[in-house]
Amino acid sequence: MNSLTMLRSGHVYGCYVREARYEFLRLARTPSFVLPTLLFPALFYLLFGVVLARGHAGGDAARYLLATYGVFGIMGASLFGFGVTIAIERERGFLTLKRALPMPPGAYLFAKLMMAMIFAAIISLMLDILAVTLGGVTLAPNQWLALFGINVFGTIPFCAVGLWLGTLVSGSAAPALVNLLYLPMSFLSGLWLPLHLLPDFISRFAPLWPSYHLGQIALGVVGGSAGTSPLMHAGALLATALAFFSLALRRLDRAADAPGS
Amino acid sequence: MKREGADVLAELRGARKVYAKLLALDGLDLQLRGGELLALLGPNGVGKSTAIGLLLGLIAIDEGEVRLFGQSPRMLSARRQVGVMLQSAGIPEACKVIELLEVTRGYYAEPRTLAECVALAGLDGLLHRSYGKLSGGQQRRVQFALAICGRPKLLFLDEPTTGLDIEARQGLWKAIRALIGQGCSVLLTTHYLEEAEALADRVVVLGEGRILAEGSVESIRARVAHRRIRCTTRLSAEQIATWSHVRSAAMESGRAELIVDLAEPVILRLLIEDPDLADLEVHRAGLSEAFIELTREAA
Repeated sequence: MNSLTMLRSGHVYGCYVREARYEFLRLARTPSFVLPTLLFPALFYLLFGVVLARGHAGGDAARYLLATYGVFGIMGASLFGFGVTIAIERERGFLTLKRALPMPPGAYLFAKLMMAMIFAAIISLMLDILAVTLGGVTLAPNQWLALFGINVFGTIPFCAVGLWLGTLVSGSAAPALVNLLYLPMSFLSGLWLPLHLLPDFISRFAPLWPSYHLGQIALGVVGGSAGTSPLMHAGALLATALAFFSLALRRLDRAADAPGS
Repeated sequence: MKREGADVLAELRGARKVYAKLLALDGLDLQLRGGELLALLGPNGVGKSTAIGLLLGLIAIDEGEVRLFGQSPRMLSARRQVGVMLQSAGIPEACKVIELLEVTRGYYAEPRTLAECVALAGLDGLLHRSYGKLSGGQQRRVQFALAICGRPKLLFLDEPTTGLDIEARQGLWKAIRALIGQGCSVLLTTHYLEEAEALADRVVVLGEGRILAEGSVESIRARVAHRRIRCTTRLSAEQIATWSHVRSAAMESGRAELIVDLAEPVILRLLIEDPDLADLEVHRAGLSEAFIELTREAA
């Protein structure tokens, strides 16, 4: 009995790991996902954080933007990796096939979350390398580690938002919708330029965006936050994650009942 | 009846499903028994895919009952005994065949080995290719391999040979027969009536969400009494079409083709009116004639 239940849980664990591994490999082989996801944050950071910021404020910009472009990058991996892939798989019937097969119910979402986290880790390390070699950024080991952790686990609320977007629209409309949210939200949360350089009303409305909260947590690590409590920001992100996951799961349940394939 | 009841693998009882205002299934009763291949036939939009969706737990039922291995199809333990090939799989193109197989095999308790899957589905040399780089026929074979890799007791094949050439289709038929020989049951939907004729133990013809006819291929064919007569004759089709017992007459590449209610009086008259008549053939109606007849009656 005991060994049987152990076998079962080992079996399910194996399903989760395989699903996640192949989801990552599949997207890693898809240039239309990999190139923008990995290159945009790196190029933007290089341009705004290193080249244009040279000589300003003694490397402060390079440090500030390392935190915020990390958040910008992992948002892209989460929103596109979750939202667009789910919209496409829903539209083409792959999700239906997966639901007909005896896949452990959580494995599908787990795989996509893991994929987003691995891409987040890669983005984080790429920015770190650029920051150290070209941006002249110096941080204590625990600061590097904290930024890395924020980037990896910060994917969760954006995966939830992406999942919800992916249940709303077709595969062909999803990239446009995601961009429509992703780019303005990044700007309005002060990820591209510090909020104090932007008009006052933008910083007043910034707390509406989940990206603002993750940005503030990351900035807190490099000493650039407005002094607000990271716990409050984490709470806002947790609420975002819960709200959008439950919205999305309800929509997925209902979508299952539509006619056709 | 009792003995059969003990061996039911999947069942719909009084299944009713309405989409918005469109009635898809209207109290359908369907049973799948151990070791049989049941072909579900019917024109598009009569509820075949809905029936499969209900049996797999993909669609919620409005009224009635669904049982898969005695359980709700939403239970993982029920679906672990089932293999599925849907009309469109939508498999992402960047997946490698071996990855798809490994992931899907992992869902099942006692899956077939990779080598068995390759042999049964004819995937030699394809394991390390990307799914998107395969031909349409090869993609269908991969989908078939995913359906059988879990050593299922029951296989759902929704239009499995659509888009395959004749050779590939017959290869798949051979594999399906081999599986049935090993005791696997199959629920097949198909547009190709010769496919049902070649494989099915039992046929259910659906129309407008209900069963129009049910039975062996033989008994369905027998429901349609008419015969088909072919011959080379100097008589015109228009002329023959006016005779009694003749339902239709047409010329096809120089030969007359008649559909008749009763063959003997028509043959007698043909031979009297054209003593030079040649190449006479008389066929019983095939499943496709029976099918057309049944669905026309229902319309």
